[in-house]
Amino acid sequence: MSTLKTLNGNQTIAEAVRQIDPDVMAAYPITPSTAIVEAIAKFKADGLITGEFVCPESEHSAMSLCIGASSAGGRVMTATASQGLALMWEMLYIAAGLRLPIVAAIANRSLSAPINIHGDHSDTMGARDSGWIQIYSENCQEAYDNFIQAFRIGEDLKVRTPVLVGLDGFIISHSMEVIQVEDDDEVKKFVGEYKPVYPLLDTSRKMTVGPIDFTDYYFEHKRNQIEGIENAPPVIEAVGKEFGRDFGRQYGFLEEYRMDDAEICIVVMSSAAGTCKDAVDELRSDGKRIGLLKPRIYRPFAHQKIAEALKKMKAVAVLDRSSSPGAFGAPLFTDIRSALYDYEERPHIVNYVYGLGGRDIKVEHFKEVALKLEKIAETGKVEELYGYINLRE
Amino acid sequence: MAKLKDLAAMEDRLVAGHGMCIGCGIPIIFRIVLRATEDPLIIANATGCLEVCTTIFPRTSWNITWVHSAFENAAATIAGVESMYQALKKKGRIPEDKKIRFLGIGGDGGTYDIGLQALSGAVERGHDIVYICYDNNVYANTGGQRSSATPLGASATTSPEGKESPGKLQRRKDLTKILVAHNIPYVAQASPNRWQDLYKKAQKAFETEGPAFLNILCLCPTEWKYDESQGIRLAQTAIDSCVWPLYEVENGKYKINYLPKEKKPVLEWIKAQGRFRHLFKEENAWVLEEFQKQVDEDWEELHKLANL
Repeated sequence: MSTLKTLNGNQTIAEAVRQIDPDVMAAYPITPSTAIVEAIAKFKADGLITGEFVCPESEHSAMSLCIGASSAGGRVMTATASQGLALMWEMLYIAAGLRLPIVAAIANRSLSAPINIHGDHSDTMGARDSGWIQIYSENCQEAYDNFIQAFRIGEDLKVRTPVLVGLDGFIISHSMEVIQVEDDDEVKKFVGEYKPVYPLLDTSRKMTVGPIDFTDYYFEHKRNQIEGIENAPPVIEAVGKEFGRDFGRQYGFLEEYRMDDAEICIVVMSSAAGTCKDAVDELRSDGKRIGLLKPRIYRPFAHQKIAEALKKMKAVAVLDRSSSPGAFGAPLFTDIRSALYDYEERPHIVNYVYGLGGRDIKVEHFKEVALKLEKIAETGKVEELYGYINLRE
Repeated sequence: MAKLKDLAAMEDRLVAGHGMCIGCGIPIIFRIVLRATEDPLIIANATGCLEVCTTIFPRTSWNITWVHSAFENAAATIAGVESMYQALKKKGRIPEDKKIRFLGIGGDGGTYDIGLQALSGAVERGHDIVYICYDNNVYANTGGQRSSATPLGASATTSPEGKESPGKLQRRKDLTKILVAHNIPYVAQASPNRWQDLYKKAQKAFETEGPAFLNILCLCPTEWKYDESQGIRLAQTAIDSCVWPLYEVENGKYKINYLPKEKKPVLEWIKAQGRFRHLFKEENAWVLEEFQKQVDEDWEELHKLANL
């Protein structure tokens, strides 16, 4: 039996950590993910978890410690945000390259400069090519559910890839919500026993882990690593289904909201998708044929599923909560636009950057986007390929 | 007292076939150190000469479990391995009586400089680890750039001697003192020429409960520029001139482990190495003086700390 609890996003992650009780937890405090670290420390102080909790002196050391602990042979988690994730950047690639299924909760926050503590996706988008699986959460419930599933996905023997779970800084990390918390035993059962692969602590084998590759092996080893994340999609689907069977909330790569007869569509991830649903409902009641597509998994990228969902639209707006200065649009947009390239039938597509540094996005802003999409659908002309929402210029 | 014959009969944990330079101090040091415990041992190695020269895939010189992740984080990496050991022991997944030792290794680049923070953090947290710095006074792996362990007046590729410079202008960082300031149970300086002393210190370090740190002078014929057959003699000069004093700090108590019968002038140490050759130019005479003055000051201070 699940229970209803009022928790904010950070507390839902902490609750999942308590239930899963990873073997080693190492994290450095940073706004807005600090409360996760504090909650774990308190669980440890109160004897509610048995794993080791370590307070490293930086995020770089936190991820290094996770790498040491994970290669030693056990379940490992961390939490961070923003500059913290940026400081881990070097080690993110190494965690993925060594095929260590570490799980990280990221309270998504902007990157300096200017320093800003509020939510956007610049941090995790900066880690886009590090080889980590990336899952984004719309609300506290999803943050909890995604975090639990992350262990199963990353630890799958065919995958063996680290996983990060994003929850929008403050918007989710600090917002209270009534969520269903599953029974401790059920969560433990769902996540299962950790199965170590070549653990360092098995000293009956002598192993050299992390040797140097020259031109003769590096490429093949990188290819092996890429195969791990390419093996993830069926695992993500299966774990999402099993989660639905056990707990009643099923997950896949995408959420399609009122897309059935839609002609125009907004694509947006994370908390803004919740606001967008309200906008879609209002627009639908005005007779507009609009839908929302919410990617849940950003890496591996479900290019085919997304293209199939969008190809029949007349006009699509992709909303990115990060920028890629000097590029041809922000990350989600360039991925989606590229995914549609092979389709003869494909929509007009535009990109809007929104919400940098935690700038609010409201129902009215989605309605403005809808108006622009209607015009594009009517005229068949794209006047502005990319732009910004709720920005003073 | 360990007998050389018995030590030689032990299985090598770092075996032949590595690519370190002829006369390099690193294998000499670690073939001694790794004999100082018979318990299972796991090593985390920072990027550097030792790491690169021993693990060119698909070959390895490590007859033991060894892990490398990056340059500045050997201390954090071994702390992670040790944390998992503690966790699995508490959870009953590793038998209570199974003892494993944990060793982090870095050069002076990976320890004095880029890895200082991770090392400070790891020992402050009290992990049951040993950390060894092999200090060859230079970034040897990348071809001889200055480190904060490079002595005053040494020419390195990023502190070259020239018309307007006598080489490195700054005094060495005293890393051993920094580690002592962490109030950890065991800190020591050693040198491969006094192998019994080195062996004993390694043994003590492994047997210490909690963090232990060894700073070991490491010969580098390539960057110090001397006849590689003379390395151990050169190390003897380092301790006889008190450029590299042998001492240990056990639970806060200082002990000098080697008192030269007659303290040799620093000049003996300097003149044997090409990296100091330019110091004999007239305009650089002040560097020689300053070098001697600093060594004397440090030696005097050490005597005070050891209550001699």
